[in-house]
Amino acid sequence: MSRLFPAPLLSVALFVLWLLLNLSVSPGNLLLGAVLGILAPILMAPLRPQHAHVRRPWAIAKLIGRVGLDVIHSNLLVARGVLRAGSTPPRSAFVHIPLDLRDAHGLAALSMITTVVPGTVWSELALDRSVLLLHVFDLEDEKAFIEHFKHTYERPLREIFE
Amino acid sequence: MNEAIVLPFWLELLVSTLLLLGSLFALIGAIGLVRLKDFFQRMHPPALASTIGAWCVAAASILYFSVLKQSPVLHAWLIPILLSITVPVTTLLLARAALFRKRTSGEHVPEEVSSGRDRGN
Amino acid sequence: MSGLLAYAVLASLFIFAIAMGLALIRVFRGPSAQDRVLALDYLYILGMLMMLVLGIRYASDTYFEGALLIALFGFVGSFALAKFLLRGEVIE
Repeated sequence: MSRLFPAPLLSVALFVLWLLLNLSVSPGNLLLGAVLGILAPILMAPLRPQHAHVRRPWAIAKLIGRVGLDVIHSNLLVARGVLRAGSTPPRSAFVHIPLDLRDAHGLAALSMITTVVPGTVWSELALDRSVLLLHVFDLEDEKAFIEHFKHTYERPLREIFE
Repeated sequence: MNEAIVLPFWLELLVSTLLLLGSLFALIGAIGLVRLKDFFQRMHPPALASTIGAWCVAAASILYFSVLKQSPVLHAWLIPILLSITVPVTTLLLARAALFRKRTSGEHVPEEVSSGRDRGN
Repeated sequence: MSGLLAYAVLASLFIFAIAMGLALIRVFRGPSAQDRVLALDYLYILGMLMMLVLGIRYASDTYFEGALLIALFGFVGSFALAKFLLRGEVIE
């Protein structure tokens, strides 16, 4: 079973992607999508050095919802900051964040989240993955920001990936 | 194209609002790109178009085509998903390139984060 | 398509065009190479969103494929440029 489906989630995602791209659920497309979903992960298996172990689907759903809300919220904040940049320049700063998350996939997800949310850009990660350099668009309180960051993003990712 | 289908007014209003919202956010992002003073500040506004701008336009497209064809047409949703995967990659690489170039030219940016230092606690 | 939606589509295309013009200002003004790459990256995202809006204007699915192509090529282009800035070589 695990030889046939080395990455079941990837197979399902490819299958759905194929159907969405073709906009039909005709038998031919279902078959082609299934072939793609089964063959592509098998062919790609030698290229992937390590497998992700994803747990707790509920935590994932909660995290995605949280990120969606944060994106909308920080979009409005950044838009306001841009429009007011003439009178009150944004207090941009680099922040060093000590990390407890070590899993490579978790860190990849974290970098995706920080970059997708406007207002924070992932800039650099120490080689031993212990410190993260983050650029923040409008920083009010460094301590509170680090606390918020670790609580809302890092902790759920640790639950999911570790 | 099917001329017989007349779109209800609420749908036109919704699609129009979403389109205008998306384009306004994209415009604010461009204004930020021009107005802000520092390169690292300028890295933030483009995220407006790639997140909420793309969401609004994709939602408008999905709504419009779903009613026009009288069946769910969801493929426009692929665009925001694709963007949320590809944009972080380029942004990350660009941030690292900017840090690298500014360090070599001696501008004031943080030192390279190394293990053990800057641990904080 | 009736009046309201047609005007909204035109207006949003117009706003996207202004945004592209502003991004072009940043491309030409620089000052550093990474600024130009960032603005080019923004240009392709705007172009892709414009394709989606055009798809609504002409009620055609074909524009979606165009948007997808722009997304893929834009990504590869920006990635190669950023990589070049980082090391001075695209392929190592």
